[in-house]
Amino acid sequence: MQYETVIGLEIHLELQTLSKLFCGCSTTFGNEPNTNCCPVCLGLPGSLPVFNRRAIELAVMAALTLNSEVQRKSRFDRKNYFYPDLPKAYQISQYDQPLARGGYLEIEVDSQPRTIRLERVHLEEEAGKLIHSGESIFDSDYSLVDYNRAGIPLLEIVTEPNIFSGREARLFLENLRLLLLYSGVSDCKMEEGSLRCDANISLRPAGSKTLGTKTEVKNINSFRAVELALNYEAQRQEAILASGGEISQVTCHWDEESKITIPLRGKEGSSDYRYFPEPDLLPLVLDQAFIENLAANLPEAPLKRIERLCKDYGLSASEALLFTENRELGDFFEAAALLYKDSSNLARWIQGDLLYQLRQLNVGIETVKPGLLVDLLQLLDSGEINRPVAKEVLAEMVGSGAAPTDVVREKNLGRIASKENLLPLVEQVAAENPEAVEKIRAGEDKVLAFLVGKVMGLTGGRADPAAVNRYFRELIKK
Amino acid sequence: MKLYEMSATELSLLQVRGEVSAVEITRSFLDRIEEVEPSVNAFITLSPTAAMETAVGVDKRRHRGDKLHPLAGVPVAVKDNLCTNNMLTTCASKVLDNFIPPYSATVVTALHEAGMPLLGKTNMDEFAMGSSTENSAFQVTRNPWDTERVPGGSSGGSAAAVAAGMAPLALGSDTGGSVRQPASFCGVLGLRPTYGRVSRYGLIAFASSLDQVGPLALNAHDCALILNLISGHDPLDSTSLPEPVPDFSDDLELDPSSLRIGLIRENLSEQFDPEVRASVLKCVELFEKNGALVEQVSLPHTDYGLGAYYLIAPSEASSNLGRYDGVRYGFNAGGSDLETLFSKTRGEGFGAEVKRRIMIGTYALSAGYFDAYYLKAMKVRTLIRRDYMTAFEKYDLLVGAASPTPAFKIGEKTDDPLQMYLCDVCNITDSLAGVPSLSVPVGLHSGGLPIGMQMTASPFREGILLKAAAYLEEAGFYRPLRPQPGLAEEGGL
Repeated sequence: MQYETVIGLEIHLELQTLSKLFCGCSTTFGNEPNTNCCPVCLGLPGSLPVFNRRAIELAVMAALTLNSEVQRKSRFDRKNYFYPDLPKAYQISQYDQPLARGGYLEIEVDSQPRTIRLERVHLEEEAGKLIHSGESIFDSDYSLVDYNRAGIPLLEIVTEPNIFSGREARLFLENLRLLLLYSGVSDCKMEEGSLRCDANISLRPAGSKTLGTKTEVKNINSFRAVELALNYEAQRQEAILASGGEISQVTCHWDEESKITIPLRGKEGSSDYRYFPEPDLLPLVLDQAFIENLAANLPEAPLKRIERLCKDYGLSASEALLFTENRELGDFFEAAALLYKDSSNLARWIQGDLLYQLRQLNVGIETVKPGLLVDLLQLLDSGEINRPVAKEVLAEMVGSGAAPTDVVREKNLGRIASKENLLPLVEQVAAENPEAVEKIRAGEDKVLAFLVGKVMGLTGGRADPAAVNRYFRELIKK
Repeated sequence: MKLYEMSATELSLLQVRGEVSAVEITRSFLDRIEEVEPSVNAFITLSPTAAMETAVGVDKRRHRGDKLHPLAGVPVAVKDNLCTNNMLTTCASKVLDNFIPPYSATVVTALHEAGMPLLGKTNMDEFAMGSSTENSAFQVTRNPWDTERVPGGSSGGSAAAVAAGMAPLALGSDTGGSVRQPASFCGVLGLRPTYGRVSRYGLIAFASSLDQVGPLALNAHDCALILNLISGHDPLDSTSLPEPVPDFSDDLELDPSSLRIGLIRENLSEQFDPEVRASVLKCVELFEKNGALVEQVSLPHTDYGLGAYYLIAPSEASSNLGRYDGVRYGFNAGGSDLETLFSKTRGEGFGAEVKRRIMIGTYALSAGYFDAYYLKAMKVRTLIRRDYMTAFEKYDLLVGAASPTPAFKIGEKTDDPLQMYLCDVCNITDSLAGVPSLSVPVGLHSGGLPIGMQMTASPFREGILLKAAAYLEEAGFYRPLRPQPGLAEEGGL
């Protein structure tokens, strides 16, 4: 029998806010354990949650980006369960009145357009993090808990069960990542856990309309693993069904080492989380102007932008992707491109030397004015400076914000081409390197580059290499 | 008259006039505590050193000519479910018997900033669950009027402390009557403010949608002063409301001829103690004689109030109390695995009544029961609130007894939770409706015990409640004789 795979994804992503969802604690990743904490995110008795406005803005932006219908009124609920990483023994989440309903994302699978429909988008708080001395909490001598992560705003996106292969799931997720990364909602790092994905997967006879018994796959830690894990699980289920067996509703753990899904042992009933409305928070009521304002300021869709960058500027796909994933860098490029017509050269400089300098100085692109980079490139193009000098000027320009023409003038970095300045140096170098001169006379032409390099060194890279070359030839011919 | 016998207003005036210092006042209350606390047991923790430090600071500032809050140098006692920075806060539970919060409740900070010396933390029913303060894990507080009797609860320690002259003012918390009922048993004023009027930040939650901090005081003016201090929007509490706070002490004059009173039929039931009914009716007659409109009114859904309350409050409590698992703070019973740690800590850490309510609440929120219990109770709550809003279209005050009987004997109801729950029958619907409600002492029972009357107003009209109380005070309705617990064992007050 032919089977059809049906997949629904449940995606969690940490929103890129400076502070947590219900308190002012920092969301910085990697700090000393339990230092980004306060009575609220530790759930100390008597503490109360207060909304972080930025988290709500980002959540609404994400919902709008995903074409999900933002609800004017939504509500927060408590999801009750006991676990040491959950300081209040309940997670503040949204149950039957989510932030946004519906939505879809258009992707391309093997050059065919596909629309993946969403069920809902809602906001909740992140739990803390357990570190076990053994494999899991059940077989460890001790477990440690770090509440730095507890209370970080988390967006949950639930798709409808309308994804039909592991590959589709991966493509959907990659598109989702690009969209939300680009709109600044989340940094979407699957490896660091700021984007996580659980999947429900079931098989049914091809053509059937009813859903088969599903399993849930957890612990998927990369985009590649999404595809591998789901394909594996589909095969595992198919083997069971083909041999006349029945699928039992279990949670499976994706094992990255052995690349297989392992059904978790132990009982698996549906947990009763005893949801009820969170009495410490008022319902979230968003006015239309708030939503419209965010909608109006949403950035261009990333796929459109990639297409446009390739078409308008002749960029390569990888350059266009870089300027889309790193939106500020892309905006810088476009601003500079208005003033400079060789856009390939511009793109090369931005993604090469400029990005290198920014990283060296650990500063953002906003510290550099596009016009200044254009000035620099024009100095280079017109032969007023040499390429090595241009890199030096760039470093100075990024560091101090000085105009390239000023740097060149003040530091006297302009190109030296005149015979009266270069000839004495050429003569000096020739006199100091008689062996090289002999070799050139004997026809070893490539040694000339060595002598030219010496003159370049004496001038701090400022000499016009073509002129120096010419003067050496003239001198040595005599 | 001794300093500890005086009201907060009197103590404030004496300091302003320079006749007495904050240190002398605080000393007087600390001495009084030393004298009568052994027979009352109102406090879980005493903080004489911190109180004296605050008093010394107030005297210095006053000497320097600083502008001080009217309550500066007036000592205060605080219920042990309000977090006090660096000072034991137990909720009268074994599960928190070693909990020292790293922060103070917003209201505690307000008291501190006003320069009120904190005398100590008062006893209560564990997690504020109870009506007699007998559910404390540590001690039973005795009613200063008769030490064989309960002070009411759950803010029994705060009520007893004020009644016995151990503190001129105290803070309690009221979820379903926990300020008003003990106030009536101990012959003091007890106010439950409008839900959202006072910050709950740092009040250890019992039932979040019902909990409200409220003062216990000797008279209306004292009550107004401390209400001024603790009221107002708190950015740390999303449910605290932005409504402006008037100066409640500014004008306590009442014109009874403009007053419209609804006498709540359900809160003057035939089944109540006849002397309680008579005392309440006598008060109402006074208003009527002076021109007030008095009519009987029925709040038709009152009968369902108790049932709804005992579903909503335990539901929220079952969730609020989940965090006491021994992992981060408080009591830890040990255990070789997670489940043992959780169940042992909670099994040994909580008392019987708390466990009963956690079980009721867990049940009511469970899948399959949620609609029939929690959701139905919430619908009843809406109907009750509607009853009130309808009544407030016609009346300024809704009046009835604060409790069906005066204080009962210690141990009398401990074996019968339902009888205990019925103690709050007069108080609970106000809580469900979120409206302000005040219990005022209106006389003594023939057995020598205080009787309380409860007055309820529409949201944010605490002012009218205090005015009505001040009016009764002027007319000499209270305060009756102060109890003398030190002498109670010899048979006299």
